[in-house]
This record gives sequence, C-alpha cells and structure tokens, in this order.
Amino acid sequence: MAFIPRVGVYVCHCGINIAATVDVKAVTAFASRLPGVVVSRDYTYMCSDPGQSLIKNDIRDLNLNRVVVASCSPRMHEPTFRAAVADGGLNPYCFEMANIREQCSWVHTSGAPTTQKAMQLVASAVAKATLLQPLEQRQVPTTPAALVIGGGIAGMQSALDIAEAGFQVTLVERSPQLGGHVGHLHRTFPTLEVTDDLIRPVIESVTHHPRIRVMTESEVAGVGGYVGNFLVGVRHGQETVEVPVGAIVVATGFEIFDARRKPELGYGAYPEVITTADFERLAASGEIRVNGREPKKVVFIHCVGSRDQAIGNAYCSRICCMVAAKQASLVRERLPQADVTVFFMDVRAFGKNFEEFYDDVRKSGVVYRRGNPSEIIRRGDRVVVRAEDTLLGEPVEAEADLVVLAVGMQPRADTGAVASLLKLSRSSDGFFMEAHPKLRPVDTAMAGIFLAGTCQGPKDIPETISQARAAASAAMIPLMRGQVTIEAATSFVDEELCSGCGQCASICTFAALSLHPTRGVMTVNAVLCQGCGACATACPSGAINVKHFTFDQVMAQIEVLSDFEVPSIPVPATVETAQA
Amino acid sequence: MLQIESRSFAREHELFACVQCGKCTAGCPMALKTKLNPRQLIQRLLVAGNGFDLEGREELWDCTTCATCSTRCPKKVNPMEMIIGLRGAFVEKGRVHPNVKTALESTFRQGNPLTMPRDQRGAWASDLSLKPMAEGTEYLYYVGCTPSYDPRVQKVARSLVTILQKAGVDFGIMGNQENCCGSEVRRLGEAGLFEMMSEENTETFKGLGVNKMFTTSPHCFNAYRNDYPKNGMQVQHYTQILAGLVEGRKLEFSGRLEKSITYHDPCYLGKHNGVFDEPRAVLAAIPGAKLIEMDRSRTKSLCCEGGGGRMWLEGTNPGLRLAQLRVKEALETGAEVLATACPFCLQTLDEAVKHLNAEDKLQVMDVAELVAQAL
Repeated sequence: MAFIPRVGVYVCHCGINIAATVDVKAVTAFASRLPGVVVSRDYTYMCSDPGQSLIKNDIRDLNLNRVVVASCSPRMHEPTFRAAVADGGLNPYCFEMANIREQCSWVHTSGAPTTQKAMQLVASAVAKATLLQPLEQRQVPTTPAALVIGGGIAGMQSALDIAEAGFQVTLVERSPQLGGHVGHLHRTFPTLEVTDDLIRPVIESVTHHPRIRVMTESEVAGVGGYVGNFLVGVRHGQETVEVPVGAIVVATGFEIFDARRKPELGYGAYPEVITTADFERLAASGEIRVNGREPKKVVFIHCVGSRDQAIGNAYCSRICCMVAAKQASLVRERLPQADVTVFFMDVRAFGKNFEEFYDDVRKSGVVYRRGNPSEIIRRGDRVVVRAEDTLLGEPVEAEADLVVLAVGMQPRADTGAVASLLKLSRSSDGFFMEAHPKLRPVDTAMAGIFLAGTCQGPKDIPETISQARAAASAAMIPLMRGQVTIEAATSFVDEELCSGCGQCASICTFAALSLHPTRGVMTVNAVLCQGCGACATACPSGAINVKHFTFDQVMAQIEVLSDFEVPSIPVPATVETAQA
Repeated sequence: MLQIESRSFAREHELFACVQCGKCTAGCPMALKTKLNPRQLIQRLLVAGNGFDLEGREELWDCTTCATCSTRCPKKVNPMEMIIGLRGAFVEKGRVHPNVKTALESTFRQGNPLTMPRDQRGAWASDLSLKPMAEGTEYLYYVGCTPSYDPRVQKVARSLVTILQKAGVDFGIMGNQENCCGSEVRRLGEAGLFEMMSEENTETFKGLGVNKMFTTSPHCFNAYRNDYPKNGMQVQHYTQILAGLVEGRKLEFSGRLEKSITYHDPCYLGKHNGVFDEPRAVLAAIPGAKLIEMDRSRTKSLCCEGGGGRMWLEGTNPGLRLAQLRVKEALETGAEVLATACPFCLQTLDEAVKHLNAEDKLQVMDVAELVAQAL
C-alpha cells in the first residue's frame, strides 16, 4: 500500500519571542492547507509539557505519521521534540523542525513579510517531512579507559578521579616530571601554605596508582576514532604506542607571559627587575637578595602581559593580583625594614578569603598606589619605576632595589598544534574554547573530549581542581554507561552509481569511507561517519546520499521555496509587547 | 571660552575605552615638568557632558607627539592624537602662538615652515648636479624642509648624496618643486591645510612617476608612510636604504672612524615606526666605530622635545630641556659622538651640547655624516 503522509504542524509562540513579530494564527491557518497536513495548531510554548501532549495525543487520535514543529533552532529543542514524537509512538526521525525564531522572528521586524517568511519556512519543512524515512540509531560499546593530556595539577586530579572510579587512565606528560607550574611555586595564596606539601602527595598518588599509566617525556602524536572508542598514538622517543580510550581530558596548561615582550620594563636587562615566577624561586631559596644585598625598596607591578591590548592579551589573568599580594606579604614578613609598594590598575580579590587576605596585606604595611607604570629606567645602582599615582594625579618616579613584575598567563605556544590534532576550537584569547561558556564549560565541540584547567583560560589552583574534577566526571559518563549512541543520519553509497574513484575518501576527515575489497565500490563505516555530507558533495557520480538529508528531501524543500506563492495575509494581529 | 563638543570628540577619539590606568601620563616625558596629564585630560573630557572649555590649557602645546603614550596604552587609546585634535580647536579660532601662525602661513605660501623662499629650496644641491626626479628613476630622494634650508642639516643631505652616489643608487630629487610634507602642520592642529598639502603632493608624486622614495627626516617618512592615503608607494627612511646597502655589501668603507658612538633613537623613526635596528646596523658597519647604548634606548628613548611643532614653541617650562637631559645621559656613557638620524634631534641636541658647554666632550652627528666620513 502506498505511503500516505499525515502531517501534524505545530506553531509555537515562544511567549512573545515569535508571536510579537510573526502572526502565528495566520501561519497556522496557512499550514493547515498545505498538502499532506491533517492538523495544524498553535500554542504558547510547544516545548512545555502541555505543548508536547498536543503532539502525542494527535499522533494517537489522528493517526499522524509525520510531525513538523515551527519554533526555535533544532540546536535548542530538536532532542525535546524527537523524544516527544518517539513517546507518541513514531520513529524520532519522522520529525522536522522549522526555525521561525532565530531565522525569522528574532532577526526581522514585525509585519507581513516576516509572517510570509515564517510560512515559507513551514511549507519547506512540511515538504521535507512528507519524504522523511524512519531511521534507527545504534549503540556501540565503549572502551573503559581514558587519556589525560598534561601532568600538571589539573591533569593529575582528572586522572586520579577517573582511576578511582575504576577505569584505566593513561597520563601523558611532555616534560620528564609531573607537577607542572604548581610544582615551581613556593607558597599558595591566600593561606600561605607550602606548595610542596600540597603537590607531593598528589604526584605520589598518581605515580603509584594501579590504574594510572604515567608516560612522561611523551606526547600525543595522533588521534583517531570517536567518542567511546578513540585510538590515540602516544610518542615516547622513537617509539609510538597505540592507546585505545573512550574519552580524553585535555589539561595542557598555560605559559607564563614573557616579560621581555615589554622591553620598557627592563626585564632581562636589569638584574633588579624580576617576575613573580622568579620571586617564587627567590623566596624558596630562603633569602630575598638582589645584587648580593637585601632590598630596601621593593615595588610590585600588576597586569604585566594581561589586560594589555598593546601586546595582544586583552584578558585578565585572574591570579596576578593575589600572587603579588602574597609575595608582598612575604617581603613584609622576611624583610620588615623594607618599603613595599604595589602599583595596580584594579585589585581583583574575588575568591574565597581573597579580599580578607588583601586587607591583611595592606594592614601589614604594604602601600598600594593606583597607576599602571609605563617604564623602568636605571638611576645609579637603583632602578626607577615611572608611574602616575592616578589618585594624586601626579607622575611619580619610585626608586627601587627590587621590582617584581606580576606576569600573567598565556596560551601555550603549541595550543594551535594540539587544537588541530584534536580538532578543538580556540576562543579569541587563544585558549581552548569550551562548548558553551555557561552551560558546558568543560566540554568541547568534539564529543568525548573535555577541558581541564588553564588550557581553557587563566585559573587559580582551586578553580583548576574544580574544573579537573568536572572534566573527569563528564569523561566518565560514556565510560560508565558502557555504550554510546551512533548518529543514524550517516551517508550511504548507491552501489549502482559508484565507480570507486575514491574522491569521497580523500575528503572525509573521519576516515569513514573505504574501497570495498571485492565489489570495487566505496563503503561507509557508519560508526565513524558523522553525517557531515562532505562526501555527498564531492562525489562526481552523485552516488552518495546522507540519510535524513537526501537529495530528494533537500530538493523538495528548495522547490517549495522557489514556487512559493505569497498568500494574502489578513490584517496582522496586534500583539501586546510587554514593557521591559 | 574655547568650547568644544566633548561628547562627539570623545567618541571620535575612542576615549571611552580608557581605564584611567595612568600609563600615558606615567611615560609622558613632559608630564614631569609641565601640567600636561593626558590621563586626567581624558577623564575631564569624559565627564564634561557635552561642553568642555579649553581656555587656559596651554599645556596642550607642550606635547612633543613622541607617541610614548599611544604605543604603551593597554586599551589602544591614542592620547597623542587626542591632543592634536584639541589643538585643532585653538587653530580653528585662530588662537595660536605667533610663531605657530608664522610657521603655518609660511608652509602655505612658501611650502616650508621656515619662512624661506620657495625658489631657493633646491639651492643646497646646485653644485651637485643631481638628477631631477622623472619616470623610470628608481628612487625619489625627498629631502625635506630643514635639510634643504638649514646650513647645519644641509651637511646631512650632502653626506647622504655622497654615500648613495658611491653605492650606485639610482635616485632623483625634486629641487624647487619639492613641497613640505605637512607633518608639523598636522601636529600643530591644522588638519585642513594638511589635507590640502597631502592631496597636492600625492598628485605631484603621481605626475613624476614616483614608486619608491626615501627621506632625510623621520617626520617626513612618518607622514608619507602613515598620514597620507595609502597609494602603494614604498616609503623608507634613508637609514633603511643604508642598512640595505650594508647588508648587500654594496657600501665599501675605505676609511676608519675610531670613535665611540651612542645612538639616540628619534621618536618618529623608533617609537612611531619601529625602525630601531637599521641605524644601529649602519653604525656598526663603520670600521673602527664602537657603539655604546644609553640606558634609555629604543622604545625607551627620551624625546628631544623637537617634535609636534615644538621647534616653533618654547613650551610652558622652557627651563629644563629634555635635550639637555638627553645629552647628560649621552655624556654618562663616555661616548665621543652622539649620533642620531633626524634633523630636529640634530638641532635640539646640538644646541643642548652648546648650552652645557660640552662641545669638547661630545659631538652631535647624523648617521649619514658618520658613514660619509669613513667612505
């Protein structure tokens, strides 16, 4: 028996998001007259429970076999409506969405042309819906192991959590030892804890954990596969080992800003000018001495390499204010005779106990002067910091025996190389980009790859630990579940048309296409295929189609648009716009 | 009353980006000795509502346009251009120092700010039989006003000609046809006159088929490179040409110059255009020359106080001259020669040496003169 489409169309108001600019009633009435449509309804919030019930009831009562929702972007609610359709008894792929919010109501002003565009989008979606085919999603088992890249505090914490949960972890570190930047610190802020006491036990736990394999002096050479089943090549010297894992945590860390990029500050030219990183080593050595003498005047300078568009680092490094406060307090404690001055633009003491610590540091006798120094010059056996005390409105020349530059964090030089290896994006600051700045801060756009610590942006130790543990939890989801769902909308080859030329294979970034050894045609590995459609475009014979986006379906959508006859629209309904 | 519309001015100059960090005032060589405070000026303009009175703000004429403020600003604000813009309000009302008025008028009438006759511009080269610039000549040597008329600076131009002729560089000059570049006019706030000159000169260069040019002065170099509309013409400072000759081994030294030299970076060559290495490479190539760096060098070079129209203005605190501070710094190095590559620097530093009675200890020379001596 021939298939007869019975389509239900559901037009969403999205509160006033759509209804304020689009005449929803007119769109609904228009949809009811489209070929194949048996019911057309509008509702305030289609995604709400009552909205979803409308769809489910109609599937049952009116025997619908295809559903179209005209609302927001599929990125927002396609999963919601697919689940509702499945709940109503239809295959979830028998559903199509018309985006009349992001692509219509949000970007146009109220009026007939906007409503007409919404109608076009709905007509186009209905045309595709009548040609949709049910598809089956498949489940594949996952590899119960994880890879962590980077052996700093973030990587070690992620590795420990995943291993403690019972999974095998391979921890890859480029340098000969674990510990990263934290391993080079003297004390932490704001508690002034000795860093060694903090990091040593973590290194011990990681090194001796039965389920963690630490590979130092090693680096990731290549990554294949997909979430649940990655195959990672790890290079150690001349040798490359293959490590199968289900998830990857990237914890590659940061680089300290090179203060020589601000030559006017004299770092590298004057022995009296050091960075906060140098000060940690100096303080750890037990004696704070410069040129063999105890400094009598010490100046700290904030924001070196941060918040500075002149050198291309527009962002705040978030740690330097407190690092400088900590070090200033150490100078007060060790050299009670010394004058300590901190030049600052703003003091950002946002963390737990930070403001209280800053209060204590000032009370201990450290003078904070507001002004961002411009340059450091030599005068006799001292250096002079040239600044303006902006609160006094006066240029000042502060003599110093020791100047400490509070240097910021920046993305590692190899961030670009790692990004292309793992197909990760970078944000405008150069650090790795999270999937969503608010809702998915440890995910990446690549399923199964997660971010931990300062490779995603400047952080202090507790924030790094938090993110490392979050990344570990997220990475464990596919591992604990034991299987991942494979996208059903993959490409397929029409063997009658395929000549086996292989152009599709050369363009596929997921290595999903290969020549069949005996039949002489290309075949698709549906587990590797991500449904991007590049092969379908490349194929000179038109032999490749992508399920759910077949040529017939897409052409039907386009034809409806090109033949579209503008329906006469009644006087647009006036919609009361809520006052902001 | 000298009112400006401060809100539109602040928007035009993107002053709203300022975070009031004070880096501009901190690095300003004039802030320590005058009332000039770019940071505070920005804040005053921002909070002024829509009307700001410039009356009595004489310190605006102290600025030497050395660009320390604008190159170091962490928010890409340009206080130097703000000051040039504010000067424009004075110029518009005709409220400028008589010297400035004379310089502007002279530029308009005679094509130079030095009140010298236009038809004497090429006289310095009358005995040199230089090629007039024409289509097909590789370089235009744009001489500039001061090197054309000032007897001291003419020596620089003559030295440069000697070097280039020996190295076989194909260049021509414009003689009396040459017109002021307008750099100082623009920095004195006369934007209208500058625009007119820029159009005129661009037309003249086009007519002569100029594809590549080099200049004596970093000020002209900067104007043609950064202030004029981009027209594909290659603009270089002469030290870049000489550095190229040195690198290509096309400059043969037959003499020696057994002298210790310290090099003063002109603001318009260094800070404005990042040309730090070329003059040093040229000096280092001179046999016998020993280079010593002053503490304040390259991006930290102390302005000589000759830019931004200050050749015609004493400033609000003429007592303590930056050029004198600079000469003292040069003396501290023990160098015998204070080298530079800018006509203005040459003049201000020369005067400072005389003022400090240091002529027997320190000689102010241009890079071109030093090279010519060792040929």
